[in-house]
Amino acid sequence: MANRTSDITPQHKTGIKPLYFVLLLIALAGLFLVNLALGSVDIPVKDIVHILLGGESTTDAWEKIVINIRIPRAVTAIFAGCALSVGGLLMQTLFRNPLAGPSVLGITAGASLGVAIVMLAGGTITSIFAIQQLSAMGSWVIVIAASLGSAAVLLLILLISLKVRDNVTLLIIGLMIGNLTIALVSIWQYFSRPEQIQDYLIWTFGSLGGVPLDQLWILAIVAILGSGIAMALSKPLNGLLLGENYARSMGLSVTGSRIWIIVSTSLLAGGITAFCGPIGFVGIAVPHLTRSLMGTNDHRVLIPATLLMGAILLLACDIIAQVPGSTTTLPISAVTSMVGSPVVIWVIIQRKNLQASF
Amino acid sequence: MSNSQPIISTQDLDIGFPAKGRRKSATLVASQISVAMQRGEIICLLGPNGSGKSTLIRTLAGLHAPLNGDVMLDGHQLNQYANKHIARKVSTVLTDRITIGNISVYELVAFGRSPYTGWFGSLNKKDEEIVEWAIASAGIEEFVNRDVLHLSDGERQKVMIARALAQDTPAMLLDEPTAHLDLPNRVEIIRLLRRLAHDTNKGILLSTHELDLALKAADTLWLINSEGEVITGTPEDLVLGGIFESVFERDSFDFDRSTGSFTLHNPQKKPVHLTGDAVPVFWTRRALEREGFQVVESNGADLQIHVQDKNNAFEWEISNGNIDYSCSSIEDLIAFLRR
Repeated sequence: MANRTSDITPQHKTGIKPLYFVLLLIALAGLFLVNLALGSVDIPVKDIVHILLGGESTTDAWEKIVINIRIPRAVTAIFAGCALSVGGLLMQTLFRNPLAGPSVLGITAGASLGVAIVMLAGGTITSIFAIQQLSAMGSWVIVIAASLGSAAVLLLILLISLKVRDNVTLLIIGLMIGNLTIALVSIWQYFSRPEQIQDYLIWTFGSLGGVPLDQLWILAIVAILGSGIAMALSKPLNGLLLGENYARSMGLSVTGSRIWIIVSTSLLAGGITAFCGPIGFVGIAVPHLTRSLMGTNDHRVLIPATLLMGAILLLACDIIAQVPGSTTTLPISAVTSMVGSPVVIWVIIQRKNLQASF
Repeated sequence: MSNSQPIISTQDLDIGFPAKGRRKSATLVASQISVAMQRGEIICLLGPNGSGKSTLIRTLAGLHAPLNGDVMLDGHQLNQYANKHIARKVSTVLTDRITIGNISVYELVAFGRSPYTGWFGSLNKKDEEIVEWAIASAGIEEFVNRDVLHLSDGERQKVMIARALAQDTPAMLLDEPTAHLDLPNRVEIIRLLRRLAHDTNKGILLSTHELDLALKAADTLWLINSEGEVITGTPEDLVLGGIFESVFERDSFDFDRSTGSFTLHNPQKKPVHLTGDAVPVFWTRRALEREGFQVVESNGADLQIHVQDKNNAFEWEISNGNIDYSCSSIEDLIAFLRR
């Protein structure tokens, strides 16, 4: 067996491109600094670095702004970008559908419903923001409700996917379930007080600025745990690329993997939606962008690269949303859709067809 | 057949689909299946469309639960083993389409090492050697770096066979590996499988619709007839015993035992006695049969045709009792006979 020689070059054995990872890390660090520097008050990057390294800033106000507002916001953007992108990647592989993603299949809508139900069950007039600001416990309630809501929708779609083998049909069913969920939420809105509706509407615009410094760790745990599960699933995810039968015939546990993929995606999509509201299109666009860049579908490479790309894209979107040089901010979910949709179109046109970009 | 322990065997196995949802009772596809696969033998599984070839392959591979009875792997019940253990004993090439891109042929073949690699799926030195051996054995070195998406059907099939080879199993089950392929590719795949069965001492089972190819290539045939019975034997025995014919019995065509091929059935058959050089006789015979003549051995037919090779030009002499005619092509011959 071993005496055969071959001309297989080492770089083709694995799709790892170390240079790309280094460039992505540099881009991430650069965007992080730019994100901290820009806003309604422009702070020089020199001072940002100084504050980050623990030094005293020349202006006391700048230090407060950076530590209490801008760092939580940028870190939230990084975690949310990572989590939503990997969630989208998991969906695309699980359904073997290039159009799958947390927002398209109604998982984000499920999270919204979970949050809405908590509000109803609480019977209080407090808004989501009020609950979030209660304490770390309150945040957990929202995170768990949103995760359960997204898990419920995802389980429903998974059950249907056992019956319906056709991906397009499944996608349409997913869209309909999303609509149904949104309908339930709008019924709730109809019977709610105007100020609650206003709060809810603001929540649906998405926000990266709603997570206070002392609650960032909850977001971090959710994102790291979800991504960690995803990384651990690399091998079965690779097997699933060939379809369930092949995966099983290669000794992989398909049922177990499916459950863990659902757990991970619900945690990622649900957790982020709970903290930041529904942020669309990151979940669909980033995995495609990453596949195009890395030229591989091997999840051992794709997941870390997707994490980096997701963080970079959402940081960039957040910079756009803050409209540098002005005091206005745009809703983040509008910016991600405006950036994400052309990206998906571009990737599809580049690769001639959607399947080829998968 | 040797007396050694078969890799895969069944005793009175029933296959099909259990009652579920709107299906009130179980659907039995084939029953009382008693078969055995030995190392180093190539088995062709034949049967009409819908006779349960795919179901049998999936059941033997442990991907589908049997209705009754057990599949035995190395003499033990298959369903007692963990997925990973089965994957080290049985590899499969299925009809499921591979629709993904952004994955190289090498990476796809390397997936075959899954049952041996750790939780992260990293290949060690030995794994890499086996993957390279599988690639060389399947003859796919030239496009090892190409994206799977940009392969032709024949190339993709060879890649999937290489992936199954990388799984390094004593048994290999292939569901219609030659479907959608042109003749050279079909022959190449069958030749590859024959070589693998004999060189690596694997038991290889493949289902196919290529009856003539199966008759030539298989050590053993498994035939599923329309009653859902599985009959096994050496191809030649099954043909001589008339079993092969009975499985593929149709009103519209006949199996010709003397040539091992199928002929389209024509209602009226005029007997014709054909003589001459072997090669032109073979092709003349095909043309005559297509035209609805019955080529007979005896000299008693009214119509007689003699063909001979005259300096690389053929000449057909036709005598029909009173008329004699000669022509220089089969086209002329047919035109004359149609008059």
